[in-house]
Amino acid sequence: MSEDRSESPSPILDSRTRDTLHPPAEPPPGTSAEIRRSVLGMNLLVSFLAVVLALLIGGVLIVVSSPEVLAAAYYFFDRPADTFQAIWQTLSSAYSALFQGAIVNLSALSEGDLARAFYPLSESITIASPLIVAGLAVAIPFRAGLFNIGAQGQMTFAAIGGGYVGFALALPAGLHLAASIIVAMAFGAFWAGIAGFLKARTGAHEVITTIMLNYIALYLLSWVLNQDWFQREGRNDPISPILSDTAVFPNLFGSSLRIHGGFLAALVAVVVMWWVLNRTTLGFRINTVGANASAARTAGMNVGRTWIIAMLLGGAMAGLAVTMNVNGTDKVVTAGVVGAIGFDAITVALLGRASPFGVLWAGLLFGGLRAGGLTMQAQTGTPIDIVLVLQALIVLFIAAPALVRAVFRIRGGSSEAMSLAKGWNG
Amino acid sequence: MSAVMTPIPEAPAIAPVSPRRPLIMIAIAVVLGGLFTWLAPADQVTTFIFNLGEQFFEIPDWAVNSRAAAGAFAVIAIIAAAVAWPLHMRRRSVLWPSFVMGAALVMSFLSWVAADERLPVTGLLQGSLLLAVPLVFGAMAGVLCERSGVININIEGQLLAGAFMGAVIGSLTVNVYLGLVAAPLAGALIGVLLAVFATRYFVDQVVVGVVLNVLVIGLTGFLYSRFLSEDPDRWNNPPRLPNITIPVLSEIPVVGPVMFEQNLIVYLMYITVILVQVGLFSTRWGLRVRAVGEHPDAADSVGIRVNSVRFRTVVLGAAVAGLGGAFFTLGSVGAFGREMTAGNGFIALAAVIFGRWTPLGSLGAALLFGFAYNLQNVLSIIGSPIPSQFLLMAPYLVTLIAVVGLVGKVRAPAADGIPFRKST
Repeated sequence: MSEDRSESPSPILDSRTRDTLHPPAEPPPGTSAEIRRSVLGMNLLVSFLAVVLALLIGGVLIVVSSPEVLAAAYYFFDRPADTFQAIWQTLSSAYSALFQGAIVNLSALSEGDLARAFYPLSESITIASPLIVAGLAVAIPFRAGLFNIGAQGQMTFAAIGGGYVGFALALPAGLHLAASIIVAMAFGAFWAGIAGFLKARTGAHEVITTIMLNYIALYLLSWVLNQDWFQREGRNDPISPILSDTAVFPNLFGSSLRIHGGFLAALVAVVVMWWVLNRTTLGFRINTVGANASAARTAGMNVGRTWIIAMLLGGAMAGLAVTMNVNGTDKVVTAGVVGAIGFDAITVALLGRASPFGVLWAGLLFGGLRAGGLTMQAQTGTPIDIVLVLQALIVLFIAAPALVRAVFRIRGGSSEAMSLAKGWNG
Repeated sequence: MSAVMTPIPEAPAIAPVSPRRPLIMIAIAVVLGGLFTWLAPADQVTTFIFNLGEQFFEIPDWAVNSRAAAGAFAVIAIIAAAVAWPLHMRRRSVLWPSFVMGAALVMSFLSWVAADERLPVTGLLQGSLLLAVPLVFGAMAGVLCERSGVININIEGQLLAGAFMGAVIGSLTVNVYLGLVAAPLAGALIGVLLAVFATRYFVDQVVVGVVLNVLVIGLTGFLYSRFLSEDPDRWNNPPRLPNITIPVLSEIPVVGPVMFEQNLIVYLMYITVILVQVGLFSTRWGLRVRAVGEHPDAADSVGIRVNSVRFRTVVLGAAVAGLGGAFFTLGSVGAFGREMTAGNGFIALAAVIFGRWTPLGSLGAALLFGFAYNLQNVLSIIGSPIPSQFLLMAPYLVTLIAVVGLVGKVRAPAADGIPFRKST
């Protein structure tokens, strides 16, 4: 969100988020630095209010569908207090479980059991790590004006290569992990590169090609998992051998917490991608092509090649993302090793407004929501699907700041809606 | 149709036509046809069965030598591709030669994989049509929205909302027809959200579409856990639509059982396709929809209210998708399942682009996908030499090749995806 503006190296980047066709008719008074500061504060406020609004609507949904509240509402006119008590009970227990499941277990903290107290935070970060890197896989092509729906397929294909290196080769510790990660990144880059190449050479739209490649990768993985050279010996179900100990991410805080070195890799990826996008010629090209491909072409940039490179970078990130599961939490390749991370990554990239640090915060937020949602489901029986609703609402409200301002009756600020993807002809 | 489907010349009119396209066609026909012929066993017989139920007259089963049949169909495919060459060079449509080539290659393929088996052709086509129904509805929704200038990535969510609401209302009221009314309303509700964010708050339409998909998956999943799976008899036990046999028409061999022994939603699909085609291209309403999708400023200058036309068209399209969603529950299995649309909305979107944003083209593409799905089903039953994963992959591979090689650069409605703000 705000990071996007503060880290822009060029005016071109700033104009990317505006609607180039219809510039605001009247620029507000004040110096550009003042405007920038006020816009930044306003954006933070709007982002915060968007989360509040989403939690409010989610709360309504939890309450009106709660069996306890519905039971009390049957005799609402006899004893209305019961209904309100049930509403409060349902809501506070659900959101308290969500918070404690995402950040810190308060009762364990008061007992001084640190490992158990911070277990939720470790879970959040563990879940967030692949989300962050997969978010980058969607965000980088976004910056070049490409909509990569294919992070799912790129992760799936990368799981084949990275996983195979992880369990089939015998290499020294460290080197083995590095080899597995590099192969996964290469596989991911290759799969994304197909879509980039086809876009550059034939104009085939990347939304269609990446969706198709998702399915093809899915069935390819399913086929591989049934082959002798990939399936675990003595098993009939589609599952690979367990990865060698030399090829897995080490745990960061001992074996009682699941948080592993993949999180550090994710942080490195965020910083490197920030550097590439904002401090290198390549990043400048990607941003320029994304802002206006025709202008970039006129300026002598090779648009097609930039598209391909952006997709290759994105695919490599998708490959890195899946190693968080393959070499981190699961230590095995199954048909479900990717989960739905490739699709969740789209919302992460949107919430992060395609900026690497924005993606980092968005990934952590969604990782926390998911970890908390699991606890909430276990403790209060509130279905985990509410987390998807919250995610969607947050992104929706942040994408439409004018709506949030109208709801909370805030005046001023830029009313620019989020604009990332290009139309079919773009 | 042929006029609409004419490939858009990529070079200025005076430049010579590139023979790339027919060359690709001939290469595909030779390579695939040759491959199927080579793989088909020379000492086995493939039997095609055409009868299904009672018709006016019976078409006898057709038993042929596998390799001879595969080779004969391969030759037909190559001839069709060769015919396309002069047509293409004279800038004529190559739709029919392409179609013949595709069909011949499919028959050549079937002659190989169904060697020593009995292949029920009519059953294959009947199942194909059924699997294509939600795709066709979804594609019509996509065509409507995108012709008016609003990108609809949200088809998946609209289908899912329709499937959910159809099942729930059908179940609660124990009336399948009320469910059938509720499904398009649910789709339209999602369409209202899409339209509000796209035409009022000018949010990036792709973003809204993706996010609304997540929202619908989350909402239906949440309500499914809270109500449908808790008390399935009450919430998730809708009646199913009965099959309606159309007299006379259903007696035509092959065509009858495929097209005219279906349930109400399938007949509604025929009507929807005709209405969308006629509506878009032969009515004042359609002219306005296309005008705001191609050149909103021009439409605005003659007094058309661009955003309100877009709003109504998006809601209408979403209602069409919602109706298609009802097919998943009321039209086939009955009960609703989590994320039961399983990516059909995205395939419908591919069909829209494949069909170049025309109703009939998208219909053709949707039917093609339905056929590919069902071919896999049928082959997994009769057994085939190809691993099932590769059969499952085939529709997507075909789409990829088609989008890249044969369709090439597609041109969407000019203002598709661009919010319209009236300049003051």
